[in-house]
Amino acid sequence: MSHPDVPALVVVVPLLTGLLTALALRGRWAWAAATLSSWLVLALVLDLALAVQHAPGGVVSYALGGWAPPVGIEYRVDRLNAFVLVVVAVMGAVVTPGARLGVEAAVPADRLHLFWGVWQLCQVGLLGITITGDAFNVYVLLEIGSLTTYTLVAMGKHRDRRALTAAFQYLVMGTVGASFLLVGIGYLLQVTGTLNMADMAARLLEPETARASGRTIRAAFSLIAAGVCLKMALFPAHTWLPGAYAHAPAPVSALLASTATKVGVYVAIRFLYGIFGRELSFERLPTGPLLLVCAAVAILAGSLLACRQRDLKRLLAWSSVAQIGYMALGVGLASKAGLAGALLHLLQHALVKGALFLAVGALVWRLGAARTDDLGGLGRRMPWTAGVLTLGMLGLVGVPGTAGFVSKWYLVTAALEQGLWPVAVVVLVGSLLAAAYALKVIEPLWAAPEDLPPPAGAAAWGGRESPFSSLVLPGLVLSALSLGLGLGLGGPAQGLALAAAEDLVPARGGP
Amino acid sequence: MSPLLLALALPVAVAVAVVLLGERRRDAREAASLLGALALAWVVLGTLLPDVLAGREHVLEGPALIDGLPLRFRADRLALVYAGVAAALWLPSALFAAGYMRGHHEGHQTRFFACFALSIASAMGIAFSDDLLTMFVFYEALTLATWPLVTHRGGPAAARAGRLYLGLLLATSMVLLLLAIAGAWVHSGPAGARSLAFVQGGFLGEAPPAARAALFALFVLGIGKAALMPFHFWLPAAMVAPAPVSALLHAVAVVKAGVFCVLKVAVCVFGLDVVAVGVGNGWLLGLAAATIVVGSLVAMTRDNLKERLAYSTVSQLAYVVLGAALGSPLGALGAALHIVMHAFGKITLFFCAGAIDVATGRTRVSELRGLGRRMPWTLGAFTLGALSIVGLPPLGGAWSKWYLGQATLASDHPWLLGVLLLSSLMNTGYLLSIPALAFFGAPREEPGAGPPVREAPLACVAALVLTGAGSVALFFGIDPLVAALRPAREAP
Repeated sequence: MSHPDVPALVVVVPLLTGLLTALALRGRWAWAAATLSSWLVLALVLDLALAVQHAPGGVVSYALGGWAPPVGIEYRVDRLNAFVLVVVAVMGAVVTPGARLGVEAAVPADRLHLFWGVWQLCQVGLLGITITGDAFNVYVLLEIGSLTTYTLVAMGKHRDRRALTAAFQYLVMGTVGASFLLVGIGYLLQVTGTLNMADMAARLLEPETARASGRTIRAAFSLIAAGVCLKMALFPAHTWLPGAYAHAPAPVSALLASTATKVGVYVAIRFLYGIFGRELSFERLPTGPLLLVCAAVAILAGSLLACRQRDLKRLLAWSSVAQIGYMALGVGLASKAGLAGALLHLLQHALVKGALFLAVGALVWRLGAARTDDLGGLGRRMPWTAGVLTLGMLGLVGVPGTAGFVSKWYLVTAALEQGLWPVAVVVLVGSLLAAAYALKVIEPLWAAPEDLPPPAGAAAWGGRESPFSSLVLPGLVLSALSLGLGLGLGGPAQGLALAAAEDLVPARGGP
Repeated sequence: MSPLLLALALPVAVAVAVVLLGERRRDAREAASLLGALALAWVVLGTLLPDVLAGREHVLEGPALIDGLPLRFRADRLALVYAGVAAALWLPSALFAAGYMRGHHEGHQTRFFACFALSIASAMGIAFSDDLLTMFVFYEALTLATWPLVTHRGGPAAARAGRLYLGLLLATSMVLLLLAIAGAWVHSGPAGARSLAFVQGGFLGEAPPAARAALFALFVLGIGKAALMPFHFWLPAAMVAPAPVSALLHAVAVVKAGVFCVLKVAVCVFGLDVVAVGVGNGWLLGLAAATIVVGSLVAMTRDNLKERLAYSTVSQLAYVVLGAALGSPLGALGAALHIVMHAFGKITLFFCAGAIDVATGRTRVSELRGLGRRMPWTLGAFTLGALSIVGLPPLGGAWSKWYLGQATLASDHPWLLGVLLLSSLMNTGYLLSIPALAFFGAPREEPGAGPPVREAPLACVAALVLTGAGSVALFFGIDPLVAALRPAREAP
């Protein structure tokens, strides 16, 4: 069985290696340390996820520093955050090794150790938010995750000065969001007298608490909801995302797109279902309709705007806005199938977007940029990269056989179960719009005429595939995982997502 | 290995073999296609068909894409109608394609033959699917596998046609059809007891009538491959593809997949009795009748041969939809027969169009004047195919139209018989005028216009003679076919 200290190690390992990297290592060694640490974290997280499967009640609790909860800080892993932890750890373990060339091209050599140090601290933040059972701890780690993210985005400045503006915009919006969250958590502390999330949830259920401070609770709810929406970039709080993803170095976009917003979605689920509870969030407050409307607009507008982009990174960024809409939609449906759909979409989008940004990184590394106009005939010149792009795009569309189909099936059936057929139509029309922007990428890759002249500057790189093991392989691994999930090998993932959803939305008697 | 799994895996294996052999070993590559087609025909017609007729149904369960919804396959009589047609016609198509692609000096031939085989694999998946989700998976696979074939020529015209093709087929299937399937799943029963498996007589008996009518409309409109107006534009657009694609896919595999799915949904999701009274099928009968007439009208105005044939296909497909929408066993029988008959007739016509293109480079009807004396085999086969589409004996098409006509008379809408007769008349006008022009028109020989026209390569001519003869054979061999399908019509 799992060692009792594993939950702490998940956070402590990248924290220590991150500091060590920044202080003592240089150049490629720094990257090697980051890679090793990400693999170690993955091993720890998988171990932890197995432990959760077998733990009584499906919960592993760890008292940090030996102070028993609710007084001390508790790390609390149930099926929900085990699922998200696995996503974050897998993405870290695959993206980090694939990021070296892209980062070396974007960051000056004398800053590499700082970059990789910050990269690992970013992981600390994301893993920590997910694993902790303490509301204030969520805020602290969210700030660690955010501050490091601003830095990582700003690292794009050496290639693209606009990265600085994007990072600043992200910083302003992120700080506003974090402040909302902090004040909201403060109100909750005032009402419940505790910061432990499980404890908070229990106190909020007590009728006298609800009677005495209903207004404070509602205020806390609104503040936290606003803060979380900013963090997960849900429409209309998405404005920081396209710039940040488009101007950051491609590997950073790959990491952020596949983990940062996902952790935001996790925090939303945790607060809505785990702390405030489904009854307060969805039956006494109109969260469901609000979320559904925001999600619908995000899906439709995000996809439409993605169709209009010519820069691939910007296209993928707008597509991310839309995909976050799908997750918010599943959360807003407040049913078992809806939540399972949201979780599965979280997983599949992390894999697919990570793979796509890595492939775009491979294109940028070769071509210097990645515009849809430059893709003509690349299917023959860079078949692996083009294959990853194609599979990823099909995954975004949700073609049967990809994991995207599975999550959309859950979302559509969940909406229809509640009679919300317009919501189902939005999901499906969103897929159709995704097909439109996917075609913008896939068609030039493969359907270009044979006599098309090679792209500008091809002479410099010989019109060949990017280095396989360092740039192409990680994207292939993610594509293979996504295909596996779509082709019926994802039973365990679907089972875990359904179990996590059932924990949060217990089946009620009768349909 | 079960023959069902073999039928699904064989075309995939052919695709892999084609890619591995590649352009350098092109003879071996074409041999792989031909051998695969032969083997598939043997598996489907020689093994599965006798087994099913003897009452031994084969089933197969694949991996579960969605938790609790495994891919499920079953070989039954209706499935074998479509699978049998697709498998039987792959062989002449592979033969024809080998002659055509070389005679026409097409590029990317390896990709072409690989995608061709994958399309057949998808068709097999659709034919043998035993639930709606499986059907949808292979339906989408067929769209994606045929897209590279449609855009095969490259260039802006092909790209535009490809976008229209994908756009219409994906829009209907991803929005309407998937919504219909999800709706059918939710309405199939209470949570925990839901199913998407096909059942003779349907599984939506418990659903409220309004939901059932809405689902029926979503299904019929969502199956865009049936090319019911106004969702038919993808079919004429797909004619930019090389002739073998138009022949096998856009006269047989893809469009028949559409009408087969409509028929299957009518029989096994709703049940014919429900279709007849419980889903408001009147609008669909009207739409199908309109498609029949308008399709024929448009076909009369087209001078491009393949385009004329495409609109003729639009019109003929609506016959099958009409048969399914009547909601009577007789209508379903006529619809199933029409899938077979039209397949043999139309593939012959497309082979002829391709052979004329290869031999002379002519693509317009008006250019065919007097060609009959130069290409007697080709235009002779064309005449047979056209007669079959019109529905005259001694060709197979006569039977399907006979049963469909009977079904309309027995239904509440006997006026539909008038539509069928009118359409046959129009078919005569725009199809039979072509061989008439070719055989009896004065040849237009410009002096010094190059060597005299000769028949297309042997592979092409052999293929079209084979399918043309098939149309005749189907007229005389109709009894076992009807006998085989009759139990299906007697089923509850």
